[in-house]
Amino acid sequence: MLSPTKPGFKKPDLTSNTGGIISPNPFWLASAPPANSGGQIMRAFDAGWGGAVWKTLGQPIQNVSSRFGAVGWNGRNGVGFNNIELITDRPLETNFREIYEVKKRYPNHAVIVSLMVETREEWKEIIQRSEDAGADGLELNFGCPHGMCERGMGSAVGQEPKINERITGWAKEFAKVPVLVKLTPNVGDIRPHGLAAKRGGADGVSLINTIKSIIGVDIDTFVPQPIVGNLSTNGGYCGVAVRPIALHMCASLAREPDFRLPISGIGGIANWRDAVEFMLLGSSSVQVCTEVMLKGYRIVEDMIQGLEGWMMDKGFTKLDDFVGKSIPHYSEWGDLDLNYETVAKINPVSCIGCQLCMVACDDGAHQCIHPNADAAIRVPVVDESECVGCNLCQIVCPVQGCITMEPVANGFPTASWNDHVEHGKVLRPKKGAH
Amino acid sequence: MSVLPENRSETVFKDFKPALTAKQAIVEANRCLYCADAPCIKACPTSINIPEFIRKIGTGNVAGSAKTIFESNVLGSSCARICPVEVLCVGDCVYNEMGVPPIEIGKLQRYATDTAIAEGWEFFEAGPDTGKSVGLIGGGPASLAAAHRLRRFGHRVTIYESRQILGGLNTYGIAPYKLRADAAVDEIEWLMKIGGIEVKTGVSVPVDLSWDALLAKHDALFMGFGLGPDSAMALPGGDLAGVEGAVEWIERMKLGLVDVSSIRHALVIGGGNTAMDAVRELCGLGVQNVSLVYRGTEAAMSGYAHEWTEAKNEGVAALWQTLPVAFEGTSGLCATRCVRLDEAKRPIAGSEFTIPSDLALIAIGQAKIGDLCAGLGIALDTGKVVVGPGGQTTHPKVFAGGDCVSGGQEVVNAVAEGRDAAIAMDALFREGRL
Ligand SMILES: Cc1cc2nc3c(=O)[nH]c(=O)nc-3n(C[C@H](O)[C@H](O)[C@H](O)COP(=O)(O)OP(=O)(O)OC[C@H]3O[C@@H](n4cnc5c(N)ncnc54)[C@H](O)[C@@H]3O)c2cc1C
Ligand SMILES: Cc1cc2nc3c(=O)[nH]c(=O)nc-3n(C[C@H](O)[C@H](O)[C@H](O)COP(=O)(O)O)c2cc1C
Ligand code: SF4
Ligand code: SF4
Ligand code: SF4
Repeated sequence: MLSPTKPGFKKPDLTSNTGGIISPNPFWLASAPPANSGGQIMRAFDAGWGGAVWKTLGQPIQNVSSRFGAVGWNGRNGVGFNNIELITDRPLETNFREIYEVKKRYPNHAVIVSLMVETREEWKEIIQRSEDAGADGLELNFGCPHGMCERGMGSAVGQEPKINERITGWAKEFAKVPVLVKLTPNVGDIRPHGLAAKRGGADGVSLINTIKSIIGVDIDTFVPQPIVGNLSTNGGYCGVAVRPIALHMCASLAREPDFRLPISGIGGIANWRDAVEFMLLGSSSVQVCTEVMLKGYRIVEDMIQGLEGWMMDKGFTKLDDFVGKSIPHYSEWGDLDLNYETVAKINPVSCIGCQLCMVACDDGAHQCIHPNADAAIRVPVVDESECVGCNLCQIVCPVQGCITMEPVANGFPTASWNDHVEHGKVLRPKKGAH
Repeated sequence: MSVLPENRSETVFKDFKPALTAKQAIVEANRCLYCADAPCIKACPTSINIPEFIRKIGTGNVAGSAKTIFESNVLGSSCARICPVEVLCVGDCVYNEMGVPPIEIGKLQRYATDTAIAEGWEFFEAGPDTGKSVGLIGGGPASLAAAHRLRRFGHRVTIYESRQILGGLNTYGIAPYKLRADAAVDEIEWLMKIGGIEVKTGVSVPVDLSWDALLAKHDALFMGFGLGPDSAMALPGGDLAGVEGAVEWIERMKLGLVDVSSIRHALVIGGGNTAMDAVRELCGLGVQNVSLVYRGTEAAMSGYAHEWTEAKNEGVAALWQTLPVAFEGTSGLCATRCVRLDEAKRPIAGSEFTIPSDLALIAIGQAKIGDLCAGLGIALDTGKVVVGPGGQTTHPKVFAGGDCVSGGQEVVNAVAEGRDAAIAMDALFREGRL
């Protein structure tokens, strides 16, 4: 149970610093529709957001209609979200005037301007104008996976370390404020791209942008979604469904010894818990797009309160107390202890007898959950001698906390695959491999 | 504040609407749509931000959830149990429009607030002393809500309560299957932790303390004295033992012991919510035959239909269009003589009959006692205190709220009116107009 904000209790300091961009809290709007205009961003700041990355500026484009699609699950809309919209469609002058107005009214909030242009001259000019308008930082959009990449921008840059490094270098040459490079997840390994940004001189990176996707197909008209007349195109995937991919990319860079740059984490953040996970894996700030699109700026009240409560509970007074704290717990597979053993235990009191665990183990795992010998009892029985400790039953069980995975004292000392290969350490006998 | 006796007849009652477990609360919370401009908020007289507190339960921020509730309604734990949610927030949940069961808002509110009270979480601090002082007459929900809010603003407050115990009808009037007196008292003790709420019990105003003395001592007064004793029926035999006012009997049952062991047939006369409670309370205490005697039809009853449905389920009988004309008996009540009424509520000649009864509770309303502040020269309307915006009476230093203004509503209305009067007083104090 979280601690509350007690009177007289010292609240933790949520001030966040991402490569020199300071904001009163780590919650930023990602560059996307919620950060499209000054009026919106001011409302977001009033609601509690600490920063905003302005909707990407460049040569204003023309968007299609329609442009979003989503997958729902179990009555929840938008668990995964997809879009085929491009960068800003508003005149640059309007955007810069509004940036100026926002900064004048909110001097302590972070306004980061996202940019995407082509030539060195264009980069020089747009950076100059962004700084003149009062930008606290710049974010180079090397991530958009549709529309812009065909024009040689967005993920076309993010997928080519050399171009990434060159353009980052230009930006650093012209910019006085910190520069973040927003990376695309549409690559096999994120590390070369983060390192390219570092070589270019970036002050930090933001990740992830959206993942190339087709969200669905209308099986009556045969047109994929979202439909534009009788055609569609691939778009960018985001929302809570992408969080695991984003967490992995964030952690990959955070634990890369040659990298060591601040990270602004993005991808599927819907509440304070998700934000904490990104921060534990090395993010100094977090950005949100889809959940704000679905639920509004108001979600930030709980994000701030939840984060504060969690920090007080853990005794953390500032963000640096825990940013990256999970990185030492993230290792290569070869270093995992093969002699560590868990088995599933069912709590017969909370079990509701749905037997989902049984069918899952039977058909999808190792056939070691069996009906109770007494047919009148619906609580199944785990054969612990056969259970491989895979977690599947725990994952399917609808009752939170009903199935627990309990460590077994099997008497074998720690031995990883690497230990075994290099030092001949003894591995415990395999289970469920007959 | 005096403590409650251990032995109270009300303790035999179990919760009619049981509390949610943590698991149930999370499942239910995740069902809420987090509506914008939510109709449930509009249906709550204290305008609790319902979607926000529910979302916080879903993210595990239970402390933040309770804070959101108490921010608007400092008796949020009592109200969670006793509000007629069927005709308030739950009745207006958008799921009703979809034909899907509405969100159990009251139960979720109880989950969050009960957790906060049990954990001893505190959310509010008294403001810096302003030197202004308010006297509150009556220690019921209206005055408690006003006093708490005034303390948050830093004003000094003294509650004058004629009884020995605080909470008004919320402590001694609510049906115990909704809220028992001990839970009501726990919540009051919790809200008192803000500090500086001075309480003088056993002081009946203006008998024990004159209006002049109060006006000399305080910068403003708040009238929260509620309603008076049960209205009586001037009938032959009305003074027999066994003929009692319902609210008076309920108070004895809640704060002490009533002996119903010899009651074979009890009547409750009336058709409002006090009558609905009284019949169910008699059933719950084990009285075999309980009948409601009402002068109108079932459809015309002012008591809530959902309460009457439960009463019927519990075995209560009803005599519609029936009026008692005399109570009969020698040492105590033995029978009640009644007459049938026609559509226009006129007695039907020759329709008189007698029903055996050894207890008759009269639940035809409570007296309006506004006259007690006649000495202040404030305007009254049939015994109710007349107020303008912010609960200001025609005397600029005197404010009022709750049942003494409305003539009898719900606890949640009294809380809203007390809180809003405090806000109005604070504004006038700060503008130097009070
Ligand atoms: C039987 C019954 C059941 C009810 N059930 C519900 C329910 O389930 N849900 C719900 O929301 N509402 C219910 N109500 C209504 C609810 O209790 C009231 O609307 C609410 O308590 C009104 O609050 P109040 O502060 O205005 O007055 P009260 O609660 O009446 O408090 C007034 C206080 O003032 C004190 N007082 C009176 N005169 C003086 C004086 N001269 N000097 C000093 N002190 C004085 C009284 O002792 C009392 O403590 C019920 C009411 C009754 C009668
Ligand atoms: C409709 C839409 C438009 C977007 N536009 C931009 C953009 O202009 N520039 C940019 O850098 N990212 C853009 N993004 C990507 C988001 O900023 C973010 O990186 C991504 O959605 C992942 O975060 P989320 O899961 O919180 O949505 C857009 C995303 C969406 C859904
Ligand atoms: S959300 Fe607004 S802009 Fe978008 S399709 Fe609906 S009505 Fe149109
Ligand atoms: S899935 Fe969970 S609740 Fe269902 S039978 Fe298995 S242990 Fe019981
Ligand atoms: S109306 Fe119902 S679904 Fe909507 S916010 Fe209120 S409780 Fe939730």
